[in-house]
Amino acid sequence: MTFEIVVIGTSYGGLSALQEVLPALAPGFGMPVVVVQHRGKDSDNLCEFLQRYCALPLSEPNDKEAIAPGRVYLAPRDYHLLIEKDGFALSTEAPVGYARPSVNVLFESAADVYQEHVVGVVLTGANTDGARGLAKIKAYGGLCVVEDPAGAKSRGMPEAAIAATSVDAILPLPEIASFLNQLCRHEPRSSYAS
Amino acid sequence: MSALLQSDQTQLEDIEIALLLEGLYRVYGFDFRDYSPASIKRRILERMRAEKIATVSAYQDCVLHDDACMERLLVGLSVHVTSMFRDPSFYHTFRTKVVPILRTYPTVRIWHAGCSTGEEVYSMAILLQEEGLYRKCVIYATDISRDVLRKAREGIFPLAAMQEYTGNYMRAGGKHEFSDYYTAHYDNVIFHPALKTNVVFSEHNLVTDGSFNEFHVILCRNVMIYFNKALQERVHNLIYESLSMFGVFGLGNKESLKFTPRADFYEKLDNRDKLYRKVK
Repeated sequence: MTFEIVVIGTSYGGLSALQEVLPALAPGFGMPVVVVQHRGKDSDNLCEFLQRYCALPLSEPNDKEAIAPGRVYLAPRDYHLLIEKDGFALSTEAPVGYARPSVNVLFESAADVYQEHVVGVVLTGANTDGARGLAKIKAYGGLCVVEDPAGAKSRGMPEAAIAATSVDAILPLPEIASFLNQLCRHEPRSSYAS
Repeated sequence: MSALLQSDQTQLEDIEIALLLEGLYRVYGFDFRDYSPASIKRRILERMRAEKIATVSAYQDCVLHDDACMERLLVGLSVHVTSMFRDPSFYHTFRTKVVPILRTYPTVRIWHAGCSTGEEVYSMAILLQEEGLYRKCVIYATDISRDVLRKAREGIFPLAAMQEYTGNYMRAGGKHEFSDYYTAHYDNVIFHPALKTNVVFSEHNLVTDGSFNEFHVILCRNVMIYFNKALQERVHNLIYESLSMFGVFGLGNKESLKFTPRADFYEKLDNRDKLYRKVK
């Protein structure tokens, strides 16, 4: 099984979780990593902040920007971030479960396009966003990873995800990045379109 | 095994959606065929859940035979949930960099393309009024959905949103009390009718309609994100043709002129906010 994209969703406690996961991603990480962190409408500097903890280039994608491996993409504030065949798409549809960006919207669109080649990761969060999306990733044959609720800053999102589908791995936060690094050992296909 | 079934299912659904959009176009003339696929799929499936219909094919039957069902789909496809003074720095930059240009014009025609329920139209009207320009401006606010335009024309918004909008207004460089502009009534507020005396709300379809005037300012923010690249190119050309020389063009925060056919015909007015000026 080759994986081609990692999607990560997190909410409350996510900033410190991402500060632990992102720096541990191996240089030359072979997949794109797309992150939804629930954020306020005026959280302007999150991207610059997280870049300090991440060796891979990290950016907020523009509409229709191509998706490249070895980069981390952060959903911009006040937009949903969706995955399409030839790149990202943004949307100002209504918030889903009070959230925009919404983890479910990202995960569901990723499953639609990348099917069984998606790795979905749900980290700490106080709501249930991501559960439905992770279930869809699983239904399409993708791989589901959830932060162990026992050590999570907030158990809500991990527990909801575990309840929603049969996840493949429940890992304490410090093990998540190395788990993802392992998945990259397999040669990924050069691009989705080919 | 189940993964295979899922992918067949997805493929079938994509075919059904293409057929529905083709039908919608040929029967009603609304052309969503070149919309960006991920979001349009979400919205169609959302409408189907609301209508309690299980397959896209069954939904197509309903949309093509029932005007009311079609109208509900149209609303579902055209509502963007925006806020007043969304991205306050955009409006702040508009004040500092565009307003001085507009002062030099005897009259100003502004086109707000894809105005949805009007939040950003009222924002602009307030800004222009505070800068003493409103009297010489006409704002053409257009959208494809009659229903959305009716809401925009009413100028009624939820009271609960005012706290956020007030914050945006202040950060956008607002000069008065935001509450001066509306009257609260139970759970809603109505914006003062004086704000829309120079606003013309009208139906216009960016996908199928042409240019209808020459404008000094065109705002088309977070509208083209729903289009695929081919359609974006068409609309960029339409906007270019509708803009007077040295006219100003405003896009959403995460939209880019780069790689569009008209990129070289504009210069940036600001490094951060997406305001451009047509220079050739």
